[in-house]
Amino acid sequence: MASTVVIDKGAPTRKVKYGSMSRDRAWALRWSYFFLIVFAIFSLVPPLYMLITSLKSSAEISAATNPWWVFHPTLSNYIELLTSNQFLTFFWNSAWVSIVVVTITMLISVPAAFALSRMRFWGSATLATGVFLTYLIPDTLLFLPLFKMFAAFGDWTGIPLINRWYVLLIVYPTLTVPFCTWIMIGYFASIPKELDEAAIIDGASWFQTLTRIFIPVAMPGLIAATIFAFTVSWAQFLYPLVFTTSTDQLVLPVGIITTLIKGDVFNWGQIMTGALLGAAPPLIIYAFLMDYYIAGLTAGATKG
Amino acid sequence: MADVTLRKVIKRYDEVEAVRGIDLDIADHEFVVLVGPSGCGKSTTLRMIAGLEDISDGDIMIGGDVVNDVPPKDRDIAMVFQNYALYPHMTVAENMSFGLRLKRYPKAEIKSRVDEAARMLDIVELVDRKPKQLSGGQRQRVAMGRAIVRNPKVFLFDEPLSNLDAKLRVQMRIEIKKVHQKVRTTTVYVTHDQVEAMTLADRVVVMNHGRIEQIGTPNELYHKPATKFVASFIGSPAMNFIPCRLEDLAGKLHVRLTDRTTFPLPPARAARYQGVPRSDKLLLGLRPEHITEARPHLAPGVEAFDAVLDVTEPMGMETLIYFTLEGSQVCGRVNPNAGAQDGAPLRLAVDLNNMHLLNEVTGVVL
Amino acid sequence: MVDVTFQSSRVAGAGTRKRTSLRAAMKRKSTAAFLMTLPLILLIAILVLYPAFYSLHLATLNKSMQRFVGFGNFEFLFKRQTFWLVVQQSCIFAITAVAFKALIGFIVAHFVHNIPAKGQRKWRGMLLVPWVIPPAMSTLAWLWLFDPSYSAFNYTLSFFGIGPIPWTGDAAWARFSVILVNVWFGAPFFMIMYLASLKSVPEQLYEAAAIDGANWWQRIWYVTLPMMRNIIAITTLFSLIVTFANFDIVRILTAGGPLDHTHIFATWAFRLGIEGGDIPLGASVSLFMFPILAIAAIFILRDINKRGNEA
Repeated sequence: MASTVVIDKGAPTRKVKYGSMSRDRAWALRWSYFFLIVFAIFSLVPPLYMLITSLKSSAEISAATNPWWVFHPTLSNYIELLTSNQFLTFFWNSAWVSIVVVTITMLISVPAAFALSRMRFWGSATLATGVFLTYLIPDTLLFLPLFKMFAAFGDWTGIPLINRWYVLLIVYPTLTVPFCTWIMIGYFASIPKELDEAAIIDGASWFQTLTRIFIPVAMPGLIAATIFAFTVSWAQFLYPLVFTTSTDQLVLPVGIITTLIKGDVFNWGQIMTGALLGAAPPLIIYAFLMDYYIAGLTAGATKG
Repeated sequence: MADVTLRKVIKRYDEVEAVRGIDLDIADHEFVVLVGPSGCGKSTTLRMIAGLEDISDGDIMIGGDVVNDVPPKDRDIAMVFQNYALYPHMTVAENMSFGLRLKRYPKAEIKSRVDEAARMLDIVELVDRKPKQLSGGQRQRVAMGRAIVRNPKVFLFDEPLSNLDAKLRVQMRIEIKKVHQKVRTTTVYVTHDQVEAMTLADRVVVMNHGRIEQIGTPNELYHKPATKFVASFIGSPAMNFIPCRLEDLAGKLHVRLTDRTTFPLPPARAARYQGVPRSDKLLLGLRPEHITEARPHLAPGVEAFDAVLDVTEPMGMETLIYFTLEGSQVCGRVNPNAGAQDGAPLRLAVDLNNMHLLNEVTGVVL
Repeated sequence: MVDVTFQSSRVAGAGTRKRTSLRAAMKRKSTAAFLMTLPLILLIAILVLYPAFYSLHLATLNKSMQRFVGFGNFEFLFKRQTFWLVVQQSCIFAITAVAFKALIGFIVAHFVHNIPAKGQRKWRGMLLVPWVIPPAMSTLAWLWLFDPSYSAFNYTLSFFGIGPIPWTGDAAWARFSVILVNVWFGAPFFMIMYLASLKSVPEQLYEAAAIDGANWWQRIWYVTLPMMRNIIAITTLFSLIVTFANFDIVRILTAGGPLDHTHIFATWAFRLGIEGGDIPLGASVSLFMFPILAIAAIFILRDINKRGNEA
């Protein structure tokens, strides 16, 4: 009885309130869309402008017509770059370096993350924290001492590292391994302890537990880490700028900037085409694996 | 198939002793349940048998061999975990056969074993599904199936039913019992639920604070508990404990609750308690079913008294009554037709033939 | 770090009783675990920690790296006006850029969170694009957008009677431009972090606040912000470090110009160390990024310890 009365009294006010709330909601939604459109334009203007410029001939660019429109679309910039040996060398250098670095990164960070998250040993907790802190030491702090170290190593052993693309295979892991290890520790730690105990009782060795249980179960994390390692390797600019100079040793970002910009002559059509092609692999990966990409991005902060 | 023996097994974590010297003989084919409150060391004991924890002291033998140093995979045991611990990326069949595949059994043999276990557990149509697609009860069956296909010497169950809802738990309890009747593998089963322990076990091991309080068949534990802990842990609603003393009145041994209430003891009980010092502080232990409504003719050893009920709980086939007797909260079970009502007086009878007498200080049942 | 780890694992081995071979197995296990982390340890020790300390040593040498000059490099730096310009610009650049990234990220995350769930993926996808493109590549697009003679921005603004703006030619505008590009590149990261954190705030809290009569601003102030405090702190800290250490954007957009006004520590260290051939002087400059790192490390360690205690 009493409860019926309460509902009767409450109903009208609630209805009014709900109505006003839904009107607020509708306005909030309109404003949200408006600002989202503004921000999306802000976000997409540079890449779209790359695309627009890449479709223009040099003549159209220097004619200074409406920069936001292509009057005579042409693929000549693409054809020129994709048939240029030099550009293809940059592209393959980048691809090689990135793929090998991803492999090295996974080979180092997955076993390490497994050991740190499951096989507690003395100092393992400190090491896990240390790994994370290492991630915070930026490349811009290390490039000078590394340059000196590699030069000295070359003098000492006769194996040249400076101005060789493979030097990047040595330095890129310092950028990828700490973060990937950190991500994988998070993913491995979320696997219930009973799962490895079940595997042990089933007769699996530690190695089998890793390869047959942990890696398949933590596959999403592994993919996220792989994407991270690849995009970092692909985008890295400072190290190749410092460590490589000959055109046959350059990777894509440095190659585009040092060879397409000749003195004061800027061939913007080709530069934009090169930049777009350089941005393509990460963008394609992102388009198809967005969820893994974002998972990797957020894992570092939320898992820790 | 094998027997399992624990000799003075101790587990220390740094300074804390989680298990303080356990002696236990488990016969071949036997179903033994370790039961106790959380933190009593029952799970640690099970994990030591499994080899997931090393033992700090003592010996564990499986099939007569000391296995202290043997890693889990060579102990020939299988374990069912509380959260099932199914490999999420494998199908049911792959989950069940993982151990056999690691040991490189021939394919045909693996298949026939998986099929047999699946048939026994009634999960034949599920073998190609992933654990994610299964209900809790089905996952539990798969976990058991994984244990069965290994055909181990010993089954170890670590609270396997506590993640299931009440109804399913009863169903799976019967299922486990059926499976054990079929495969007859020696089983050690850990639970905190005394009903599970009573219903499943050939013998129950009651543990508390890292020690064994009592080992016995379910009926022994229920009717002849050795300590106050066992008496109160086994049985629901729990046994009533009322402070009392022994007293000689008119040449007969009586139990005096306070100044006002005394009950004469039946001859058998009187003879048993004759030697207890009259000054000892004691507890009268009475199970609820031994406190009932008084009938016109009292059987020998049954004494009547009046009580005012605080609360009644009709359960259908019986009504639980709660009343205060000389300062102690007491629970009884009466016939639904006995007219028990909240706040109303009722004449009750207490069956002293089934009474227990405990030393209040030591908690030992006399 | 290597030494410490290794020693303590040996101590542990000696301290245990020899009793069972299961223990031996445990010991083997911890040896195996150590071996599995060894590549990681070596990588960090040789290629991160050693160079970090080596740069301390480098900073005390003269240009030809033959002679120990103590604090000579620093004394030289302190006397140069450019150095103070770099310090000033590094701070302006990092603090302004991070503040705007955090603010824009927060606002955009809210808008994305506001709209119906099924459209969120699409918007999130578009808004994260700046973060996905390698900054060296996208900065080229900005450079072209800012081009002195062909700037597409100036072309557009001219219709409103504004401009032409010397985006990279004038010191103040160049400072604005590098910050703008950095905000464009970094805001999506904040957005995605905040969005993840917004999604973890239970809806009931907002409903409870609404029933208590809180307006939207109060809901943000009393519910959203406190719930997101941790993620905001961590993200800001990360971004501060990364922005302080930024190289690509400034290097490509202005190369430090005009007249060294947009140089930050990293680009100036590159100019002095690699282009100028004075590695010790460059190393001295880059060392000034250490304090911010140290502060960040302290905060993060404190946070990790706190979490450890709660667990």
